[in-house]
Amino acid sequence: MSAQTQTTTTVAQTAQNERATIVVENFSKSYGTHRVVDALTFQVQPGEVFALLGPNGAGKTTTVETLEGYRAPDTGTIRVLGLDPIKQAEALKPRIGVMLQQDGLYPALTAREVLRLFAGYYTQPQDVDALLERVGLTDAAKTRCRRLSGGQKRRLALAVALIGNPELVFLDEPTAGMDPQARQTTWEIVRELKRNGVTILLTTHLMDEAERLADRVAIIDHGQLIALDTPANLTSGQNANVVRFVAPEGLDCRQLTALPSVQKAEEVRAGSYVLETDDIPALLVELTTWLRDQAIPLSELRVGHGSLEDLFLRLTGSEVRD
Amino acid sequence: MATQTSLTTESTPRQNTPASAGRQILKQTQFELLLTSRRGENVLVTLIIPVMLLIFFASLNIIPVKQGGSAATFLLPGILAIAIMAAGMVNLGIATAYERYYGVLKRLGSSPLSRSRLIIAKIISILVLEVVQVALLIGVAIAFYGWRPVGSLPLALLALALGTVTFSALGLAMAGALRAEMTLAGANALFLVFILLGGGILPLEHLPAPIAAVAQLLPASALTQALQQTMTAGGTLPVYPLVLLAVWAVVILLVAMRTFKWE
Repeated sequence: MSAQTQTTTTVAQTAQNERATIVVENFSKSYGTHRVVDALTFQVQPGEVFALLGPNGAGKTTTVETLEGYRAPDTGTIRVLGLDPIKQAEALKPRIGVMLQQDGLYPALTAREVLRLFAGYYTQPQDVDALLERVGLTDAAKTRCRRLSGGQKRRLALAVALIGNPELVFLDEPTAGMDPQARQTTWEIVRELKRNGVTILLTTHLMDEAERLADRVAIIDHGQLIALDTPANLTSGQNANVVRFVAPEGLDCRQLTALPSVQKAEEVRAGSYVLETDDIPALLVELTTWLRDQAIPLSELRVGHGSLEDLFLRLTGSEVRD
Repeated sequence: MATQTSLTTESTPRQNTPASAGRQILKQTQFELLLTSRRGENVLVTLIIPVMLLIFFASLNIIPVKQGGSAATFLLPGILAIAIMAAGMVNLGIATAYERYYGVLKRLGSSPLSRSRLIIAKIISILVLEVVQVALLIGVAIAFYGWRPVGSLPLALLALALGTVTFSALGLAMAGALRAEMTLAGANALFLVFILLGGGILPLEHLPAPIAAVAQLLPASALTQALQQTMTAGGTLPVYPLVLLAVWAVVILLVAMRTFKWE
């Protein structure tokens, strides 16, 4: 790269940083000797739905909570809506909506009372009853929070995040503990917020959530960014057909690769194998024959296209679900 | 599940300006008081127990009564001290510990309500609770035991204010440093110790000398003695108890500020 292009890139980068809703540059954070976030860099643009995806302990929550102003970065730069989340907290907090992993609801207040309390912190909050209806809690409006189900608490925490008309919403595992219907409602709400120009940063361990909602997905593991792109681009390198199967761990992948229709074989985690092929029927015959001849039991077999989940497993080598 | 209620409409620009500090504090205070009234065990320990202690011991003939005085004259200062301990240490301490446990304090941390405003709201709600406690206890003393106000009102209010700071800080110090269950147990245990060793019901001179010597140094006896000395006819300025109480207030407040964790 010539010096000139280098300069141009830097200028363009700076311009992009200036209008970005979230700027994370070279952010590191350690607890004791354990480095939780390691030189993380990314930007979230206005109106974008941005997903942080990673296995348990990857540093997602530490990153989100640093953006929310709960902790200070050891090194690096953090800007949220152009502000420093700690030094300019008072200016930032009214403009963001936060849904933490722990709901943080007063057990002795009813759902409506919690929203009325938080509504009182703003001059023009959302209408409490309309918001309760939007998250499907109208029938539970008079129920004390201690008696709400896990999914209902989650939806109330979402409503609390939205009560002040935030420009930017942080959702830390928003649908954890929700039933499929509530999850669907939450997804609709996220899409609606996006249509209204709200920027959203969410963390999730659900592949389909990231794939369906996010404009861009950042995959992080051990505190490092290992992939960042649109879901489509992330999975486009994954167009090969894949066969996944579960069998005893430690099978010889060289032997599997040697099967005529197998292009690639990998044990993505103990006992869980992914094979890539152009010809699935042929591969199935070869695979099952090979297993039978060696008297290897087969406990699960799935056929499909490469997904974000496959990519994720390959990149992180670990189970997605927390 | 839900009809389509638009979260915002494009025609009306989004408004997310925070309410003024005064309005936020007012709203928070209103809910702090609502929460206080909903905690049945708190109503018991802050209102019912002090009143029952007053009625029970004033009705027994075991309290030493000076000439011309009534049992209530001796008891009321000590029972007021117990009420202040209940409001600050037991009520505020345990409630705050559970708010930390449930992540409420953490969630409030990213809302527009700043920590200082939250603390101001909590202080106001404790003061409101104390006004109710004092009115109730004095009302009972006047109505049933012929108690008449004597002594210095400003000094009594000073003692009550110092006591409020000391015991509220003690409650918050436990809530911010210990697990919720430990705060629950610790605040109740300490409350019992303070009732027994505070000198408000059992005069300290009736205790064995070594125990009495230790009890003399406790914040409970400092508050009790400060109130006893100001709430008697021709009482003296309670210099020693007020100074001791002030020292406790500063020490406990510093400990609370150093050890308090919001998450």
